[in-house]
Amino acid sequence: MAENVWILGIHMTKFGKHKDKDLLDLGAEAAIGALQDAGVSIADIGVIGAGNLMGAPGFGQLLQKQIGQTGVPVFNVANACATGATALRVAIMAIKAGEADTGLAVGVEKLAGAGLLTGNARATEGGHWVRDGRYGAVAALDGRVGTETMPGVFAQIGMEYGHKYGGADFELFASISEKNHAHSTLNPKAAYTKRLTLEEIMNDVMIAYPNTRPMCSANCDGAAAAVVISETKLRTLSREQQHRAVKVSASVLTSDPFQEACQVLPDVNTLTRQAAAMAYEQAGIGPEDLDLVELHDCFATAELVHYDNLQLCEPGGAVDFFKSGAPWRDGRLPVNVSGGLQSKGHPISATGIANIWEIATHLRGEAGDRQIPGAKVGLAHVIGLGSACGVHVLEKSGL
Amino acid sequence: MDPIPLVDYLVLDDGPYLVANECTRCQARYFDRRSGCAKCGGQEFRTVRIADTGTLRTFTIVHFAAEGVEVPFVAGIVDCDDGTSVRSNIVNVSPDPHDVRMGMKVRLTTVPVGVDESGVQAVGFGFEPAQ
Repeated sequence: MAENVWILGIHMTKFGKHKDKDLLDLGAEAAIGALQDAGVSIADIGVIGAGNLMGAPGFGQLLQKQIGQTGVPVFNVANACATGATALRVAIMAIKAGEADTGLAVGVEKLAGAGLLTGNARATEGGHWVRDGRYGAVAALDGRVGTETMPGVFAQIGMEYGHKYGGADFELFASISEKNHAHSTLNPKAAYTKRLTLEEIMNDVMIAYPNTRPMCSANCDGAAAAVVISETKLRTLSREQQHRAVKVSASVLTSDPFQEACQVLPDVNTLTRQAAAMAYEQAGIGPEDLDLVELHDCFATAELVHYDNLQLCEPGGAVDFFKSGAPWRDGRLPVNVSGGLQSKGHPISATGIANIWEIATHLRGEAGDRQIPGAKVGLAHVIGLGSACGVHVLEKSGL
Repeated sequence: MDPIPLVDYLVLDDGPYLVANECTRCQARYFDRRSGCAKCGGQEFRTVRIADTGTLRTFTIVHFAAEGVEVPFVAGIVDCDDGTSVRSNIVNVSPDPHDVRMGMKVRLTTVPVGVDESGVQAVGFGFEPAQ
């Protein structure tokens, strides 16, 4: 039986614009914060998982040169928006494999002002049509053969669900965003903390119908880091460390299995459903046991389908689940009380650790004004298009 | 000079129609050049013609896109009548959520892409409402 793994320390920077801090400043702030929170030093770390997409290659080693070059293995990972969860998963796997008893995972991104992230804008054609790529295209395909923009892709995913089961219109999707923006008002680390009315959200700039600007994840700067530890090692530490530690009851990473049409419109559902099913089985915990969920609301249209994919509702029941008020912070199963990606922000590689920080902070009873009272079990979900899905189930310490 | 297709899987001669690479073992269909079959691992493919009518499975109206892309436009997924799904712009319909309907019948058509220095026209495809 592989070791149980726990989160010993965890930290996230404030999300937003950090004009005077570069990748390493933010990464070091998160990593040192996590080490301090854990009550250990870099010398105790046996493995590092490092995630960054838009910056320098070899980010993990560059970070070591700021926080401690101890010679331990560094795994630089990239898995789109699931990069942070992947870095964490690597550290957890190393501990489960017995190669280290303590590990560090860091995710960081500088994304403020990045604008719309699209697939596109191919270099100008020289003057004669030239066939290029696996479709033999003579011009960029985004905008000519459907859309490759993220808001557009996820709009279609939400619209498809809405059409299949009914009840999801523009107003419903905007209401999901209204919830997340309302939640963020209690989160001092969120990039945006302004409550928006439904009308403000619906009348904002349309990006890809039905997603208006506030219904899209907010590009921003930020970092998050976690120190993970084997249960055997944890039991040698102080009572306070054991008490504040958070149990990783499930840690799952999946990729998208082949489904009809999955290469035409990315299928973000099947791999999430599989990850959730595996996570609930690993944890011996069902969706009915959860006290809060942080899920990957990269767009309002995405949040709806993941209620269903994560089994937070009956199959096909995501609209009813939302309309019941369940995912509001005072509802039956609060979802994205951090404000989610739409309001807390989405510094891509940090996201898959920042959502763990949010859950862990509630389980420790340290979430201040936005504390979900008595939270004992939480689930964190991310998806990176392409695709990769990370699901972690966390439990409050009984030690 | 004859126009040329935007992509390899658009056939203009005696068309227009779309073609796919179909796995000879499991019949999964793909529009790109293949190294193997993502569904079954098969290595052999044949070219098949795709039905040029279908229904609109889902759509979005893109208002904000990369430089050079004309907005707003309707982007969607069409389930063709032979079961093959195609990503496409939905054309000859106003980019208004009240005018585009999920499940509406559509058919293949062509759209101009542009003309290069030597006067060769490139032609793309779209699906339009089939009344």
